[in-house]
Amino acid sequence: MAIYPASTPHSERHTLSVLVENRPGVLARIAGLFARRAFNINSLSVSPTERPDISRVTVTADVEQVPLEQIIKQLNKLLHVLKIVDLDNTDAVERELVLIKVAADETNRSDVLEIVRLFRVRVVDVHPESLTIEATGAEGKIDALLGLLKNYGVIELVRSGAVAVTRGPHALSEKVVGSEIRGR
Amino acid sequence: MVSPTPLQAFSGVQKAPTKTSKQTLVDGEKMTGAQALIRTLEDLGVQDVFGIPGGAILPVYHQIHDDTKFRFVLMRHEQGAGHAAEGYAVATGRVGVCIVTSGPGATNMVTPIADANMDSVPLVVISGQVGVDSIGTDAFQEADTVGITYPVVKHSYLVTDAQDIPRVLAEAHYIARSGRPGPVVVDVSKTAQVGEMYYSWPQKMILPGYNPTTKPHGHVLREAVKLVEQSYRPVLYVGGGAMRSNASAQVKELADLTDAPIVTTLPARGIVPDSDPKMLGMLGMHGTLAATAATQKCDLLVAIGARFDDRVTGKMEAFAPAARVIHIDIDPAEIGKRRQPDVPIVGDVTEVLNALNAEIKRGQAIHGKPNLEPWWKLINAWRQKYPMEYDEKTPDGTLSPQWVVEELSRQAALSTIWVSGVGQHQMWASQLVDFENPHSWISSGGLGTMGFGLPAAIGARVGSSRDFGGKKPVWLIDGDGSFQMTSEELAAAFIDNAPVKIAILNNSVYGMVRQWQTLFYDKHYSQTSIRDGENTEDIINVPDFVKLAEAYSCVGIRATTQDEAKAAIKRANEINDRPVLIDFRVYKDAMVWPMVAAGQSNDTVTYKPGVQPLLHHDTTDSSANGSQDDTASTPVASDTAATGKSEE
Ligand SMILES: Cc1ncc(C[n+]2csc(CCOP(=O)(O)OP(=O)(O)O)c2C)c(N)n1
Repeated sequence: MAIYPASTPHSERHTLSVLVENRPGVLARIAGLFARRAFNINSLSVSPTERPDISRVTVTADVEQVPLEQIIKQLNKLLHVLKIVDLDNTDAVERELVLIKVAADETNRSDVLEIVRLFRVRVVDVHPESLTIEATGAEGKIDALLGLLKNYGVIELVRSGAVAVTRGPHALSEKVVGSEIRGR
Repeated sequence: MVSPTPLQAFSGVQKAPTKTSKQTLVDGEKMTGAQALIRTLEDLGVQDVFGIPGGAILPVYHQIHDDTKFRFVLMRHEQGAGHAAEGYAVATGRVGVCIVTSGPGATNMVTPIADANMDSVPLVVISGQVGVDSIGTDAFQEADTVGITYPVVKHSYLVTDAQDIPRVLAEAHYIARSGRPGPVVVDVSKTAQVGEMYYSWPQKMILPGYNPTTKPHGHVLREAVKLVEQSYRPVLYVGGGAMRSNASAQVKELADLTDAPIVTTLPARGIVPDSDPKMLGMLGMHGTLAATAATQKCDLLVAIGARFDDRVTGKMEAFAPAARVIHIDIDPAEIGKRRQPDVPIVGDVTEVLNALNAEIKRGQAIHGKPNLEPWWKLINAWRQKYPMEYDEKTPDGTLSPQWVVEELSRQAALSTIWVSGVGQHQMWASQLVDFENPHSWISSGGLGTMGFGLPAAIGARVGSSRDFGGKKPVWLIDGDGSFQMTSEELAAAFIDNAPVKIAILNNSVYGMVRQWQTLFYDKHYSQTSIRDGENTEDIINVPDFVKLAEAYSCVGIRATTQDEAKAAIKRANEINDRPVLIDFRVYKDAMVWPMVAAGQSNDTVTYKPGVQPLLHHDTTDSSANGSQDDTASTPVASDTAATGKSEE
C-alpha cells in the first residue's frame, strides 16, 4: 500500500489547489507534510485570494495516485486547511509566469525578437548583451519557448510556479464559511 | 490632465485607517493574560495540571493560588509531566494538561507530545515563550516550540496577544478531545501573559477547517452487513481507537451478534474482558498464537479503531491475505493508508458500532446468521495447543519474569490500573495480566517510549483519586532500563501523594534489545548490559533500587525467590500511604514468545523456538525442545537480520 518515495520519474503530474486560512506558519505545516513523504514538488505558489482571510496554495507535483490520496487526507487534517482539490487539466486554467534572460546581441537579437513575436510574449529589459523576456502561459507553451531560446544561451531563468483556477462561474471558497479568521 | 509621478500615485492611495484594526472588547472582566489563562482552565473544568515552572511562564504560575480550582502536580522533569498527563488522560478519559516553561522546558515535552500523537491521547501542552520582541532573536531560553512540534501535534498555537488566550485554550481543549484525540500545543509568549485583556466566558471558537465526521453513512453500513452475512471466518481486530471512543459494550455486542472472535492491539487490551470466551488476546509480533493465526486465516477482518501498525501486521502484503476488510475509523486518513478496505466507514467507533449492530440485527432477522462452528473448532484447537506458556524454572535460579507478572495479576484487585514501561516486561504484562476492565492498561504503544511508565502511573494514580476515590490501585510493571529513564519522579510520587506500586522486572539488561541481539545479531551483546542487578566483584547493584526507593521515602523491597515475591506483592498491596517499589530479580535470558520477526509475514510466527505452527501446518514439531535460548532453532533465517537492524 505505502509507496515511498511518493514521486518517481514516471509519476503523473498533478495540480493541487489548497485553500488555507491566512495565518502565519500555514505554509510550513503544509510543506512539512510534503517533505516527510518524499514528495517531489515541481512548483508551489502561495498568495492571497478574493477573500482576505483565505490564501490559496497551488502545488504541482509528479506523484503516484495512492500517496497523492494519502497526502490529500493528511492535508485535510491540518486545521488551517479549508479545502483541497486535485484540479483536472481539462477543467481548469493553469498559468505560469517566467522571466528569461537570453544572451542576445546585435548578431542574433532579431532572431530572438521573432520568437518573442511568434509566442506573443514580451520583452521587459534590453541590454546590448541580453534580452529579458516575460512569458505567461500553460506549461506546454513555456516549455516550447524555453526549448527555442535555449539555443541562444539562457543567462538566467526564474519561474513563478503554476497557478490554476477551475473554469466556469464558481469559486473554490464558496463553501468556506467563517470569515472571522484572524491572528493566530 | 497630467499623470502623476509614481510617488504621487502612491501617496494618492488611501491610507488605511490609523485606528487599530483590533476592536477592543470592553465587556468582560479586565485582567492579565496570565490570569485569563488560569481562569480559562477553571472554566474548562480542568481539575488537575502537571508541570514545572520557569522564567518565561512565571506570570502564569504567579496566578496559581490556594483557591485555584485545579490541583497542580509538580513533577521533576517536563517529560514526566507530559507522560503523567497522558496516564491521567487514558485513565480518566479526560484531557491531560501540562504547563511548562519555554526553551528546555518545551523541548523536554517533545517526547510526550510525540507519544500522545502516536497513541491518540488528548493532551493540551501550555508552554511559555519569550516576549514578542525577542522571538527570533535567540533570546535566553527561546526555542521555536511550534516549529519543533509541527510534525508531532494534532494542532498548535503561538499566542502573542492576551485577548486571544481564552479562545485559543477553549479551541485547544476541544481539538485535543474531539475527533481523533491528540496533543495540542499552546505556546504563550510572555507578552500575552502580562498583557491586559477583557475576559468573558464562554468563548466562540473559530475553527472553519475542523469538522470531524462522527456519524457513519447508511450505505456503507449496509455493505458492511452484507460482508458479515457472507463470511464464515470473521475476526474483529480492535485497536486503541475503540478504547478512546469508549466502545467496549459495542465491541462486545458486535462479537456476540456475529459470534466473531476478538483480537486486540496493545493499546486495546481490556476492551473486552480476557475472561470472555470470544477474546483471543493480542495479535501481531508478540501476540497470542490463536489471535495471530485467526487473523491470518480469516475471510473477513473488521478493523475497529485500529491502524494496521507494522508491529501488528508484520509484512503487510502477507497480512490476513484472504480477508475482505471493513475498516472503521474516525480519521479518514487512516483508511487506505496501509491497506485498502472493501468497506471504509468513517466515524466515531461507538456511533458506528451502534448503527452497525442495529443493522446487523435487522439483517439477521431476515437472513439468519452464518454457521461459524468450524471456525471456532479451528480457533479452539489453536488455543488449546498453543496457550501462553513459559518456563517457571530458570537456569540460574532467578525468578521467571513471566511468573512474576502472573503472580502480580493473581494477587491484584480486579479494579487495578496497569501501567508499563517499554520492553520485554511490557509484552509480558500485555500477554499475562488478566485484563477485566477497559481503561485499565496504560502503555506507550506507537512510539514505544522507555521512561513512560513511572510518570504515567503517577498520572493514572492522580486520575484514580480524582475519579474513583483512589479505589483503583495502580501497578506499574517496569523494566530496570525503562525505569531509570524517569526514576526521579519517585519524588513527585511521594510528595504529591501518588502511592503507586512499582514492580521492576530487573534482568540487569536492556532485555528486549538483548533478545534481538540473541536472535538476529549473533549474540553479540553490544551495550545492553546495564548491570543494575548484578553482583560481581567490581559492580554491585548500580543503582540499588531498594535504596533508591528509600532515598525518596518510598518503600523498597527486593525479591529473589518465589516466596519472597509472593510476600512482597502481598505487602505492597497493603501499603497505600506511599509508593512501593519491588526489585524482582529475574532471569536475563528469558524471551518473549510468540514472536514474528520484524518485516516477516505473520505466517512465520514462532510459538517457541523451533515451532512455527502456521508455516508447517503441523504443530507437533518434535525437534522443539522448548529451551528458550536454543538458537539452533532461531525462528528466522539470517537474511532477515538486515530488516531487524533498521527496525529497532
Ligand atoms: C527512549 C527509548 N530509548 C531506546 C529504546 C529502545 N529500546 C526498546 S526496548 C529497550 C530495552 C528495555 O529494557 P528494560 O526497560 O530493562 O526492559 P526489558 O526489555 O528488560 O523488560 C530499548 C533500549 C526505546 N524504546 N525508548
